[in-house]
Amino acid sequence: MHMADALVSPAVGGTVWAATAGLIAYSAREVKRSSDDRLAPMMGVLGAFVFAAQMINFSIPLTGSSGHLGGGLLLAILLGPHAAFLTIASVLVVQALFFADGGILALGCNIFNMGFFPAFIVYPLLYRPLAGDSRIASRLWPVSILSAVVALLLGASGVVLETTLSGVSELPFRTFILLMLPIHLAIGIVEGLATAAVVGFVARARPEAVNASPRVSGARGDLRPVLIGLLAAAVVVGAAVSWFASTHPDGLEWSIAKVSGSEEVAGASVGVHERLAQVQETTAFLPDYGFKSNETEAALEESSASESEAWPAVDAGTSVSGLIGGTIAFLLAGIVGFGLKRRRVAAVR
Amino acid sequence: MSIGRWTEVGRMDELARRDSPMHRLDARAKALTTIVFIVVVMSFPRYDIAALMPFFLYPFVLVAVGDLPVGFLFRRILVAAPFAILIGIFNPLLDRTPRLFLGEYAITGGWVSFASILLRFFLTVSAALALIACTGMHRLCAGLERMGLPRVFAAQLLFLYRYLFVVAHEGSRMVRGFELRSYGAGAPRLRVYSSLLGHLLLRSMDRGQGVHRAMLARGFDGEIRVLRGESARPVDFVFFVGWTAFFVAARVWNLADLLGRVVLPGG
Repeated sequence: MHMADALVSPAVGGTVWAATAGLIAYSAREVKRSSDDRLAPMMGVLGAFVFAAQMINFSIPLTGSSGHLGGGLLLAILLGPHAAFLTIASVLVVQALFFADGGILALGCNIFNMGFFPAFIVYPLLYRPLAGDSRIASRLWPVSILSAVVALLLGASGVVLETTLSGVSELPFRTFILLMLPIHLAIGIVEGLATAAVVGFVARARPEAVNASPRVSGARGDLRPVLIGLLAAAVVVGAAVSWFASTHPDGLEWSIAKVSGSEEVAGASVGVHERLAQVQETTAFLPDYGFKSNETEAALEESSASESEAWPAVDAGTSVSGLIGGTIAFLLAGIVGFGLKRRRVAAVR
Repeated sequence: MSIGRWTEVGRMDELARRDSPMHRLDARAKALTTIVFIVVVMSFPRYDIAALMPFFLYPFVLVAVGDLPVGFLFRRILVAAPFAILIGIFNPLLDRTPRLFLGEYAITGGWVSFASILLRFFLTVSAALALIACTGMHRLCAGLERMGLPRVFAAQLLFLYRYLFVVAHEGSRMVRGFELRSYGAGAPRLRVYSSLLGHLLLRSMDRGQGVHRAMLARGFDGEIRVLRGESARPVDFVFFVGWTAFFVAARVWNLADLLGRVVLPGG
C-alpha cells in the first residue's frame, strides 16, 4: 500500500507530511528523552531486520499462496511506540529512495498510514491492553491477528481517503474502499500470523528479549500523538468535504464548471493545487487548450474570445499544437541530456 | 521482494560514490530542488500532458551530468510502476467523456488523465532515483539534518542504511540454507518460518547489542553526531534558484504549447 507521488496532490501530500513531520519530531524527542542509549543501534538493526524479513516468504496455511511480514506491529511490540514509529519511517524512507516504493511527496502519507496507526493507535490502545505483559501463547495469536488487521484496515482507509482527496485518480471513494478493505483484511491476517509466529518464538527462546523492550510513555496512555494524528485527519477530512461540496459535484458538471470559470472562483480557497491551476488558467494563452467536448463549445468560444491574440478556437488545432509542442519539448529535454552526457564522456577522455 | 534487489541497492551506493559536477553539488540544493520539482509536477490539473513535457529536462540533466546509467534507472522505474498503473487504469474505465480530438478520433478524459498519471509517475520517480544516485545516503542525511531533520532520525536512517546490507546478507544465507535442505518444497510452513525469522531477529538483536558495546568502547555518550562536511557554494545556490525559476515558468506558461505554435504555421 505504498502510495506513489503520481497519485497525490501537493495539498494532500503537504498536509499529511506536516502531521508526519510533527510525529517524527515528537517521537525523536521522546526517544532522546528516554535516555536509553541502547535504543539507537537497536532501532537501526531492527529496521534492517524488517527489510530482510520482507524477502522471506512463508506459505499461508490452507491457501497455497505465500506472504511475508510487514513489520509495523512487530516493531511496536519490540521497541515501543516512539522508537517503532521512527524505525518504520526510516524503512519507508529507504524504500522510497532506493526502490521507488512510494514517492517523496507521498512519503508523508505512507509513513502516516503505515507508522502512525500500528505504533500510536493499535499498539497502545489495542495490543497492549489485550495481550498484557504475560505472553500467553493462546492469547498472543488472536490478539496479534486482530491488531494487525485493525492496523492494516486503518492504513488502507488512509490510502483511500488520501487518494480520493488528491483527485488524480477517478476511483470513487466507495468503490475504492470496497476494493481495498477486503484485500487488507487478508493482508492483515497474514501480518498477524507472521507477527505472532516471530514474537511467540522469541518469547519462548529468549523471554528477556521481549521483556527488554523499553516501556515508553505511549503505553501509559499518552494521548498527544493520537491528538496530533486526529487533528491532521480532521484537517484532511475538512478540506475534503469543502472541496467535494464546492468544486467536484460530479464529473460532467465539474467539467462544465471548469470551462465556464465558476469552479475557479469556488476553488480559490482550496490550496496550492487549485491556486496554481488558477494562475495557469489566467495566464495561459489558451486556457484549457485541447479541451473539447460537445456541450462546452459555447463556453470555449467565450473563453477564447477574451484573448488578445485571436487563435482560431478550432480545438483540433490547439490539441495538435499541444501534442507537437509536448513532443518537441520532450525531444529537446532529451537532446540537452544527451548533449551533456556526450560532453561529459568527452571530458573524461 | 526478492534477494536480487539488494545488489541494486549496492549499485546505487556505487553510483553515489562517483564524481561528477552533479555529485559535487550540495546535498541540500539537490534535495530542495527535487522537492520543488515534485510538488510543481503534481500541481498540474489532471488532464495536462503536453505542459508536463518540459519537466523532463530536470531528470534528464541530472542523469546526464551525473553520468548515471540510463538503462539501470529505467528498469528501477519499471519495477515500481505497477501500483500507479493499478490505480490509474480505473480512470479510462470511469471517465468516458471525450476530451481530445485528433482529426476524427476522440480520446476520452480517462485515457488522457491516465497518460498524465504515467508521465507524472515517470517524472517524480526518475527525479527521486537520480537524486539518491548522485548524492548517496550519507550526504543526503547529513544535508537533511542541517535543514532541521531531528538528529535522532538522521542517525536512525544512517544506522538502518549501514546494517541493511549486513542483515540482508544474513537473511539471504538463511534462506539459501533452507532452500538447499528442502528442495522443491516452496515457501516454509508457519512453524518453520517462525523459527527461521525468530533466529534472524535474535541474531539482529545480538548484533544491535554488539554495536552498542562497540560504540561505548569508542566513547559513545548517548549523543549521536552526524558528520557535517559540506558547505554551500554559490553554484549550489544558482542550481536551486535556476531550476526553481524554470519550474515556475513551465508551470505558469505552457511551454510545450508555445513551442508547438511556433513550429506550426498559423497555429
